[in-house]
Amino acid sequence: MVVQALRDQGVDVVFGYPGGAVLPIYDEIFQQNDIRHVLVRHEQGAVHAAEGYARSTGKPGVVIVTSGPGATNAVTGITDALMDSIPLVVLSGQVPTFMIGNDAFQEADTVGITRACTKHNWLVKDTANLSGTIHEAFHVATTGRPGPVLIDIPKDVQFASSTYTPPQKARTSHYQPPVKGDMDSIKELVEAIEKAKKPIIYTGGGVINSGPAASLLLRELVDSTNFPVTSTLMGLGAYPGTGKNWLGMLGMHGLYEANMAMHDCDLMINIGARFDDRITGLVSAFSPNSKKAHIDIDPSSVNKVIRVDIPIIGDVGHVLEDILKIWKSRGRKTDKEGLQGWWTKIEEWKKIDCLSFKQTGSVIKPQYALHRLEELTRDHDRYICTEVGQHQMWAAQYLTFNDPNRWMTSGGLGTMGYGLPASVGVQMAHPEALVINVAGEASWLMNMQEMGTAVQFRLPVKQFIMNNERLGMVRQWQELLHGERYSQSWSEALPDFVKLAEAFGCKGIKVDNPDDLDEAIKEMLAYDGPVILDCLVEKHENCFPMIPSGEPHNKMLLGDAKTKDAIGTSGAVLV
Amino acid sequence: MSALKIKKGSTKHSAYNLRPDFSDVIETHTLAVLVDNEAGVLARVIGLFSGRGYNIDSLTVAEIDHTGHTSRITIVTTGTPQVIEQIKAQLGRIVPVHEVHDLSVEGPSVERELALLKVAGLGDKRVEALRLADIFRANVVDSTLESFVFEITGTSDKIDAFAELMGPLGLIEVARTGVAALSRGQ
Ligand SMILES: Cc1ncc(C[n+]2csc(CCOP(=O)(O)OP(=O)(O)O)c2C)c(N)n1
Ligand SMILES: [Mg+2]
Repeated sequence: MVVQALRDQGVDVVFGYPGGAVLPIYDEIFQQNDIRHVLVRHEQGAVHAAEGYARSTGKPGVVIVTSGPGATNAVTGITDALMDSIPLVVLSGQVPTFMIGNDAFQEADTVGITRACTKHNWLVKDTANLSGTIHEAFHVATTGRPGPVLIDIPKDVQFASSTYTPPQKARTSHYQPPVKGDMDSIKELVEAIEKAKKPIIYTGGGVINSGPAASLLLRELVDSTNFPVTSTLMGLGAYPGTGKNWLGMLGMHGLYEANMAMHDCDLMINIGARFDDRITGLVSAFSPNSKKAHIDIDPSSVNKVIRVDIPIIGDVGHVLEDILKIWKSRGRKTDKEGLQGWWTKIEEWKKIDCLSFKQTGSVIKPQYALHRLEELTRDHDRYICTEVGQHQMWAAQYLTFNDPNRWMTSGGLGTMGYGLPASVGVQMAHPEALVINVAGEASWLMNMQEMGTAVQFRLPVKQFIMNNERLGMVRQWQELLHGERYSQSWSEALPDFVKLAEAFGCKGIKVDNPDDLDEAIKEMLAYDGPVILDCLVEKHENCFPMIPSGEPHNKMLLGDAKTKDAIGTSGAVLV
Repeated sequence: MSALKIKKGSTKHSAYNLRPDFSDVIETHTLAVLVDNEAGVLARVIGLFSGRGYNIDSLTVAEIDHTGHTSRITIVTTGTPQVIEQIKAQLGRIVPVHEVHDLSVEGPSVERELALLKVAGLGDKRVEALRLADIFRANVVDSTLESFVFEITGTSDKIDAFAELMGPLGLIEVARTGVAALSRGQ
């Protein structure tokens, strides 16, 4: 019954790990060929893989885990998906209904534990409701602001038989968040667009989640108004990184021009982003002189952090369509003169060239490593995953994303160990594509067991480990605000990654000299199978630009800034 | 500012409509939340308040439609207008929540709470307790030679006032239901 429901929902792959409480489901899986099951090595890996699958396809990811430890191991991944609005359906086994509450073997209060980290969850106590609940779960996960849902299924409910409810017959859910924006507000925004002298469009993951059409509409809006556009970490690729109006990523490690434009603009159009604290910096000094519009499908995102003047609740794609329609019908007006002055200013900021770096000497600079990776892979059908840390920010800064769904990273939760399993999920969905995980050595070790999954399923994922033998991001913060006392922030007793690769049955490459880097990358690309590339980089490089915690956008630190005492004591309490 | 769409049937107008700007004034609002009476729904609502650091002054819940399995949760909460607005939007996000009404901004409403108070005493104190109960229209629902249990219905303020008066007269135990509220008129 479970497999039937999944099949009817169009599921072709599930990520999971068996155990006593899901044996009946695994028995069903054994007896069919429509749905492929990817056996991970740890349940957290299953969830991140499903996230990678979902993020790169726009379809919900499906996970199956057993009761107790299977479910608790999945919690980090589920929380990650909640923070980044990734649609997932997680099926967990549970002890039989008559044993619930008895501290049975491998019993955990899974719906209780996951209540705060799912969009919604269900405990199915009656087989008659099982298929209907699964259909409802897919609806909830993918409707409105997407997110992870969980269905806890006791073993006796899996065993019992009942009539199957097909999706068409399932009870129509009352959960139907509106997708069309309020027309009066949209008109108000169009008027603001016509008058703005210093506008900026600031996009987020919502544009990606809304689907490919939203990205096309965004491109049309940007190109036809000639407004500058920036994006959060989660929104990269919605507007092409090679597009002429692109300012680069904004926020804590965003580009100088993007942050300065956010600070000085007179109209800010937030499309599917949520004024996260990595973006706003000091809230009270955030873009002080702008009119702010916010398009979001989730009413709770509006006015949560930053008070906005024009809130528009609705799906990004629908709202953009209406904005364009009205703006065009009113004669496609913008303040061309004002815009020209604004662009002149922006060009001045761009001249700072905040991402410039010099590769000198015999040690590979991490920026250089990514620069070469970009050069050598940009013409490929490419998907990038990352772990969490400095390498993640450098990847966002130095790689170019020209399409949505090509960039998988843990934004809201910042989960080390996300990238490797996510790359497994992405490669499952796109077997022919080049899937690279830009990793830090420390993060990568957190879920390195998933290399076994990659080898087993012949997934040629490329693990590009930027090995600084440091918890680099932690080290950077300790340098900046803890008096260079590097408490526990180095990676000691690291494995020999080449031997590790061999032990897993894949290819290992090590490179530590800039002159050999290109060759190593080419070798990685040429190998038909999973590769671990151990790229030894400068150990003490800092990631700039940086807006120190507790500072506004115009107080950015650039590469050569004196870093000592850059962050005040009030900033130090922030993360 | 235009309306924040929260959920079908919910408060149409944002509290911001009534104010020019965010204010720091702490306000008390009474919210009526209509939910599917399914397992865990109350835990979701309470978890939302504790997880996000909102206040609950009073909370009552009961199934109001036994065939449709709908419950009505009445929450009295305090916060700045921004926080109140967040609370409503966050409540609206919970999947089994159908409607969120802010009775404090939707127009006049009536609020009632029921309380039982046990007052033990002899002589003058006992007589005085009975006399005050009469003024407050409280009923005696249990009586021994040394004690009364009063039943009182009214606004929370009225119950507070009554309880305060009973204090020196031998109040030993109080049970309160929390607020139930409805908008006035149709
Ligand atoms: C699970 C988890 N634990 C701890 C952290 C805190 N943290 C953020 S970045 C970082 C260091 C990451 O080191 P590495 O993966 O080597 O990346 P680098 O910064 O060196 O590029 C740590 C410990 C986290 N984000 N996630
Ligand atoms: Mg590192």
